[in-house]
Amino acid sequence: MIECKGVNDMEEKILTNETVKSAAPDRVIKLQIKDMTKKYDNGDGVEHIDLDIYEGEIVTMLGPSGCGKSTILRTIGGFLDVTSGDIQIDGKSIVNLPPEKRPTAMVFQSYNLWPHMTVYENLAFGLKLRKTPKDEMDREIKRHLEMVGISGMETKYPSQLSGGQQQRVAIARSLLLKPSVLLLDEPFSALDAKIRQQMREEVKKIQSELGITIVFVTHDQEEAMALSHRIVVMNKGKFEQVGTPSEIYDNPASRYVASFIGEMNFIPQADGSTMAVRPEEVFLVKDGEACDMSGTIRTIMLLGHYVETNVQCGENVIKCYVQREDIEGVNVGDKVNLKFAKHHVF
Amino acid sequence: MFKMLNPRRFYHAVGKQKFWEFIILAVFILFFYGPMLNMCMLAFANTYEVPAVLPQEWGLKWWKFVFEQDNLVSSIVQSFVVAIITTIASMLLCIPAAYSLARFKYPGRKVFMLSFLLTNAFPKLGIYTSIAILFYKYNLMGSLLGVVIIHMINSMMFMVWLPSSAFRSVHRQQEEAARDVGAGPIRTFFKVTLPMAMPGIAVATLYTFLGSMEEAQGTMLVGLARIKTMPVEMFGVIMDYPVQVGAVFAILLIIPAVVMIFAMRKYIGPEAIAGGFKMK
Ligand SMILES: Nc1ncnc2c1ncn2[C@@H]1O[C@H](COP(=O)(O)OP(=O)(O)OP(=O)(O)O)[C@@H](O)[C@H]1O
Ligand SMILES: [Mg+2]
Repeated sequence: MIECKGVNDMEEKILTNETVKSAAPDRVIKLQIKDMTKKYDNGDGVEHIDLDIYEGEIVTMLGPSGCGKSTILRTIGGFLDVTSGDIQIDGKSIVNLPPEKRPTAMVFQSYNLWPHMTVYENLAFGLKLRKTPKDEMDREIKRHLEMVGISGMETKYPSQLSGGQQQRVAIARSLLLKPSVLLLDEPFSALDAKIRQQMREEVKKIQSELGITIVFVTHDQEEAMALSHRIVVMNKGKFEQVGTPSEIYDNPASRYVASFIGEMNFIPQADGSTMAVRPEEVFLVKDGEACDMSGTIRTIMLLGHYVETNVQCGENVIKCYVQREDIEGVNVGDKVNLKFAKHHVF
Repeated sequence: MFKMLNPRRFYHAVGKQKFWEFIILAVFILFFYGPMLNMCMLAFANTYEVPAVLPQEWGLKWWKFVFEQDNLVSSIVQSFVVAIITTIASMLLCIPAAYSLARFKYPGRKVFMLSFLLTNAFPKLGIYTSIAILFYKYNLMGSLLGVVIIHMINSMMFMVWLPSSAFRSVHRQQEEAARDVGAGPIRTFFKVTLPMAMPGIAVATLYTFLGSMEEAQGTMLVGLARIKTMPVEMFGVIMDYPVQVGAVFAILLIIPAVVMIFAMRKYIGPEAIAGGFKMK
């Protein structure tokens, strides 16, 4: 527990930085989680969660399976009661409201749609409860199906749609109700890679058109980097770091974050600490120039416009991404000197 | 064309396996539909003497006869009354129980589920007898309520198990999505959960209704010849009337089953029994 304190301190520092930076007058806080704790009966859950989400922002919860991402999202949506703490939207507490009274809309990983209703009926369900006039309902449904790119599917049943189309319907259904905050719980994880990428771009486009606030959950770091304005990296029910994708990539607050996001070489140091270097920050330098380490080339792999090479330096294998011209004439087994443009110490 | 009717030709034309499958199917059909066909024929035979293949005289004489016998007509009415009350009462009792078994985890859940199996595992007559002792105490012997209770005990296992597995096949997210778009818990149940579990519930309801229509043992024992349903009356009919009356009566007993199965054909099938609508 003591060693965790260091991490927490660092996290606080970053949180403060973030607050200072985002205290610009045009940014309005939409969703505020205040010292929220949710414990299940078996002791699992999340503790002391603090997070401010601004209007028009996509914030992603990123972390391995079981770290509590869904737990947080479900407490916002109203499907779980909080053990302590508060959640506010537009400054009003929502923790005592049932899901149907909350200004949030949620899209789940799967089984979002009601299979006994057509696409139209699925979309109309919420609008009917709000007593929307029929002609307006037709218009809105048509417009939203267009927006998510599946016009003319009104009369189909969910079982007649592909997985991607089903998720699009689910997103349209949520957007139709004009929620204050849209909650997406791994909405694309059941889809294959190509469709996932497409859906990601679509969500980003829709978000910038509507200016809606989105909380997104994923365990796919690439998805988080591509989609988010800010990322919350989670580990075992706690926040490890909150920041923009570039902040998190360039300045990981802990070894955990560094290892979770992108590729990273970890090099144990004599003093017991660990040095972390991204493969693209490693350069091959000529003999005689200042260098950080030296070793022999183990493998060279051409990966399109760059080359991945592994260099054996004593006990460590350092992965480097280098330009093709920098490695011309170098062969496996050759001695090379490495220079690190940037590094972190944990 | 007629050459094909030669068994040897047929054997070689369709192959060995198909040939035997055909024979087995033909025998099965003969056993299954033979008596049925015979019964249908008898029901529309005004006169029929045993050695003949076809009746000597066709007609609706015995139908007219059956509908002129007050005790037979009243037994038909009685059967429907008992079956409808049994079905509605066991729906009201068992569907909420099925839902709670599907959705909530509480101690004793498994035991509760298995207890329904017990009522079907023991010899019926033993159970009826012990129930009869209780019924004497509470004055339920010979009453409609007593008979309905007996019928409900018979159908309870299906009425709890099938809907329960149907409810379980409704994903929690589907209910949560309904709450999310603004439906309260009750509306969610009636608009999402119940319609999705409907196939399983429909099959169970059908089973309960038809089971009640044909139940004779328990009805005789507990009804004390005061509650006379069609199957109870059937015993007398076979002994006291010509065979044609039995045939007419049997068809009358089958009609509701055929009508209901036809009406619910959308829901009936192995898939429905396995539980409700599913998504791929
Ligand atoms: N209903 C529950 N009862 C008890 N424990 C639960 C319950 N739901 C989740 N948990 C536990 O709480 C922890 C966090 O679960 P959660 O579903 O929030 O994880 P997650 O980050 O969404 O994971 P995944 O990426 O697999 O969806 C896990 O250890 C899980 O086992
Ligand atoms: Mg999850």
